[in-house]
Amino acid sequence: MNTVTRGFHGRRGGDPDRIPPGQYETSDFPVLSVGPTPRVDTDEWTLAIVNEAGQALTWSWDAFMALPQEHPHVDIHCVTRWSRLDTDWVGVSLDVLLEDVETTAEYALALSHGGYSTDVPLEDLTDGRAWIAHTFDGEPLAPEHGGPARLIVPHLYFWKSAKWVREIRLLHEDDPGFWEQAGYHSYGDPWREQRYQGD
Amino acid sequence: MVAWRPATLVAGRWESDSARTLVLDVPDWPGHRAGQHVDVRLTAEDGYTAERSYSIASAQDGDHIELTVQRVAEGEVSPYLVDVFAPGDRVEVRGPLGGWFVWDAKAPDPVVLVGGGSGIAPLTAMVRERRRVGSPALFRVLYSVRTPQDRLYRGDLGSPSDGGVDLFVAYTRRAPDGATRGPGRLGVAEVNTHGFPADVAPTCYVCGPTGFVETMADALVALGHDPRRVRTERFGSGGGT
Repeated sequence: MNTVTRGFHGRRGGDPDRIPPGQYETSDFPVLSVGPTPRVDTDEWTLAIVNEAGQALTWSWDAFMALPQEHPHVDIHCVTRWSRLDTDWVGVSLDVLLEDVETTAEYALALSHGGYSTDVPLEDLTDGRAWIAHTFDGEPLAPEHGGPARLIVPHLYFWKSAKWVREIRLLHEDDPGFWEQAGYHSYGDPWREQRYQGD
Repeated sequence: MVAWRPATLVAGRWESDSARTLVLDVPDWPGHRAGQHVDVRLTAEDGYTAERSYSIASAQDGDHIELTVQRVAEGEVSPYLVDVFAPGDRVEVRGPLGGWFVWDAKAPDPVVLVGGGSGIAPLTAMVRERRRVGSPALFRVLYSVRTPQDRLYRGDLGSPSDGGVDLFVAYTRRAPDGATRGPGRLGVAEVNTHGFPADVAPTCYVCGPTGFVETMADALVALGHDPRRVRTERFGSGGGT
């Protein structure tokens, strides 16, 4: 039993099947990032997937936008405790991007403009569970939310959904990213409350 | 699992009409670095829990930590912590948390701190830790706050005894009587005047609501600061309950 806080009643509500433990629902879209927002022009934007042999597949903005687009409708959960339900995105599935990539790697490191990075097991990016998204709620993704394009991996805490993504590097060994080196959990499952190292 | 520890309120201190500093006793507190935060868990009689994150506002001080809570009218947790939570009452905390938005008390580099509203709390921890360790690092603090009544840590932040710490307060809604600066938002020119120039390579820390942090971080970059030396912490508008 936890320590009871005298006189605290709290508010009930929130669907326990959709709001993970320790989270609360918000209708806002708060921002978590560690530095200034990079402004990346789509004329200069590229996305690369680099396999463990160093071979890269690269898309320009136009080539990326010409790929098959999906419309994920997902709940998102930030480690800073907000959850937002029923968000709508448009983007390209990682399954599409990885189709022609030869790899036996088990890990992926997402690298972003601005120096941010985060690591994810490669299998968590496949089977329709991750996208590179460029549109949120019908609008081009704003820079402070990771535009022009960000990774989204909604089944993990949202810091894994790297903003301003420019490269997905495939690796045999796990390589902790920026947040993970700063103390966040290496996997980050919101349903198991894997917020910090050791959780 | 990072362990939850019981924490008992030792004292409360009003910082403004709507903000109260909680002095918590946390047995076996491992110590913290200035800028870090804690998770706070409140448990109702029936086992219902709510968790929130708060920045630590105090320097290292044995088993005591101080959190400043701003009351959010529709909030679930903050009205309780500001208005009801009394000495002897208990919550649980875990931490310290966060390894990036921290000031290294051994670092000699000049420091620019830019705080908006209650975002001044972790920056105040840095000023207090500097004082505690007797650091010679030069600090310049820019504090954006609505009115003189909303200003936190009066008499402490900007104390004349803190040699080497300059404080500039920008009132955005209402300035004190007789002030030469009328109310208005912090602008690039003021960040330039009251911060350090980019060529002395200060470490910059910006904390506050999302829009404020976006604007200030952009201003620092526009003034030539290396984005890697601009560390930010944002409160989403939905995150401050």
